[in-house]
Amino acid sequence: MSAVFTSIPARAAPLRMLGARPWIRTRLFPDWTNGAATVLIAALLAWFLPQLLDWALFNAVFSNDNAACRAVAHDAARPGACWGVITEKYRVILFGRFPHADHWRPLLASLILVLMLVASCRPRCWRRWLAPAWIAAFAAFFLLMRGGVAGLTYVETARWGGLPLTLLLATLGIAAAFPIAVLAALGRLSPLPAVRAACIGYIELVRGVPLISVLFMASFMFPLFLPPGMTPDVLLRVLAGITLFAAAYLAEVVRGGLQAIPVGQIEAAKSLGLGYWQTQRRIALPQALRHVVPAIMNSFISTFKDTSLVTVVSLYELTGALGLALRGDTDWRPFYFEAYLFIAIIYWTGCYAMSSYSHWVERRLAVSNQTTGNAR
Amino acid sequence: MTTGPATPPRQPPPSVGRRWRWRSQATRGLLWQAALVLVLALIAWYLTHNTLENMRARGIQSGFDFLLQQAGFSIGESIIDFNSAEPYWKAFLVGLGNTLRASIAGIVLCTVIGTLIGIGQLARSLLLRKLCKAYVELFRNVPVLLQLLVWYLLLTDWLPDTTAALRPLLFPDSGIYLSKNGLSYPLPVWEAGHLLTLIGCFAGLVLAWRYRRRAARDFEQSAQARAMFWPMLGLVAASSLAGWMLGGMPSGLDIPQTGDMNLSGGGSLTPEFLAITLGLSIYTASFVAEAVRAGIQAVPHGQLEASRSLGLSREQALRLVLLPQALRVTIPPLTNQYLNLTKNSSLAVAIGYPDLVSVANTTLNQSGRAVECIVVIMVIYLVLSLATAWLMNWYDRRAAIRER
Repeated sequence: MSAVFTSIPARAAPLRMLGARPWIRTRLFPDWTNGAATVLIAALLAWFLPQLLDWALFNAVFSNDNAACRAVAHDAARPGACWGVITEKYRVILFGRFPHADHWRPLLASLILVLMLVASCRPRCWRRWLAPAWIAAFAAFFLLMRGGVAGLTYVETARWGGLPLTLLLATLGIAAAFPIAVLAALGRLSPLPAVRAACIGYIELVRGVPLISVLFMASFMFPLFLPPGMTPDVLLRVLAGITLFAAAYLAEVVRGGLQAIPVGQIEAAKSLGLGYWQTQRRIALPQALRHVVPAIMNSFISTFKDTSLVTVVSLYELTGALGLALRGDTDWRPFYFEAYLFIAIIYWTGCYAMSSYSHWVERRLAVSNQTTGNAR
Repeated sequence: MTTGPATPPRQPPPSVGRRWRWRSQATRGLLWQAALVLVLALIAWYLTHNTLENMRARGIQSGFDFLLQQAGFSIGESIIDFNSAEPYWKAFLVGLGNTLRASIAGIVLCTVIGTLIGIGQLARSLLLRKLCKAYVELFRNVPVLLQLLVWYLLLTDWLPDTTAALRPLLFPDSGIYLSKNGLSYPLPVWEAGHLLTLIGCFAGLVLAWRYRRRAARDFEQSAQARAMFWPMLGLVAASSLAGWMLGGMPSGLDIPQTGDMNLSGGGSLTPEFLAITLGLSIYTASFVAEAVRAGIQAVPHGQLEASRSLGLSREQALRLVLLPQALRVTIPPLTNQYLNLTKNSSLAVAIGYPDLVSVANTTLNQSGRAVECIVVIMVIYLVLSLATAWLMNWYDRRAAIRER
């Protein structure tokens, strides 16, 4: 008995994958469970989206007409949103208790910071002048907000609020945290045991506690730390707290970058006769920081979101200014939800733009690593 | 004995003791460290000196003796009984209990939601994939404090009064009510018979453990793998059921009753607790989902194909090959997120849930012991974080790939 060769039946020709029908089949109904999920989600969207659009757009009140707002909000059959609360209060929400007539100053100050942020995101601008440019931007910000010169009326920091405060806390917090973070990261990798212990102690201590406790510390304990008779501004104290907090997280990011550098780089630098600081400044840090730009960006996003906590120690940034605008006003208080949505959209736009940017940088870095053959 | 040319005795190497010269690295290292320690000590001394001076000038008392004094405020909800006549340390304990309660509930919930969303992000259905992606992008890009405030507003403002409380759609008479006053649900009444159920459950666990050991031994001897999951679950369930039946099938339920003004009886969760748990878990779930997705994507498809071609069933391949590799990537960021959730639970102070920070804040305002209260918060959170980090390292060492 010998096996008779029989060929297996020929495979069917591959299915056509172009056109609308294959697209629908592979992406919407690839199998039973996924098809069921598609149908269920489509049904839910078809039921929910029209209601949402009706509430948010078609049946909403956009003018600051309180009576119309109340009427549409209590309409059980066809409820509508009251965006009038934003038409009425947007200035207080965006600029806090800043004097009403001078609102162009916080607006301009916020614009400066936003423009600087956008500029810093472009690799073309990663040059030596970036640091002085930021210092100049912060100086311009403080001049505009504080006033007292060039005919601008003086406004004390207690009246700063809203968007400029949020932007200031996030950008200046990260900018000031950066040098501390680099030093702490270098210290954590240092061969000197005392330096290492001090840096690990600082980083782990700060990373182990919630930001709110650091803010409480800034608010209640910093005044006690300073010589009697010296009470720094609450904004300054909170900024110091946010800086110390962000620096610890940023230090771990920088350490990740430093550890990813091949040892050969450091050895080569040493054999060229460079000292410790020269090696770090000219060889290690430039490569390390380039690698961790996306992670630094994520740190910045976290800090941007975390600034909302300073409302707990009574600084009126966006979230706090919203409470300021609505808490005492019985007419508009019922429309907290719409106001929350408004600032949520502001936060979301900022964070989403930055995280998209961080993804873009990540892809760009991956490409440049492939072409230069760099080890990660 | 070998006779060879006598080798000259080797010279002892020149002693390489440290040379304490100005330019040597050792000297400079020591000097740098000495300088750092000195500076840190000076700063510490300066800050303590100023603090003591300030406290004396302002007449602030210091010390932890206030922990034994009467608290004088009551706490809205607690797992242990507490009244305002009890000392501060017990108030802190109640706060810690509330923090842990919200954190543990949040961790469980965020793991469930995050895993589902993470898997959904890799589904083949385009709509499902986009929906899960939208969830992640929506919730992780809005500050968690704002989300907590919105949840609290929805739970206290948009829900109906207790008289018109919402009930589950399918079982309107099951005794579950959702209203402005929170969630009420039926609770089994404790009877002596329940003790036997517990004993039965414990016996089932022991049996399942023995079954597992036996199956492992058989596998070593005969290479015949036995089913694991269902038999073990069945053993525990059957033995608990037997205990319950032996105990006389106690089935008393304490069902919430709708009264004129409020609901009474049964178990209940306050809107504050619901808001903090929901808000934290929905926010954290967006990060968990990303960790889960990264873990699944980290296992190459060839691993599944290879294990299938070795004759493992789909379930075995998943359990023995894919999951261990995916978990190794997922667990570290997951632990980080759990820690973040625990630390974020301190935001409860903004919506009035009496957690540790909230209690400490009240204590601080009442007793004026700012330094001590902040130290208590920091130490407790630090202990929680370090304990988790220690557990994490232990897991890392265990899960590390052992190379030759």
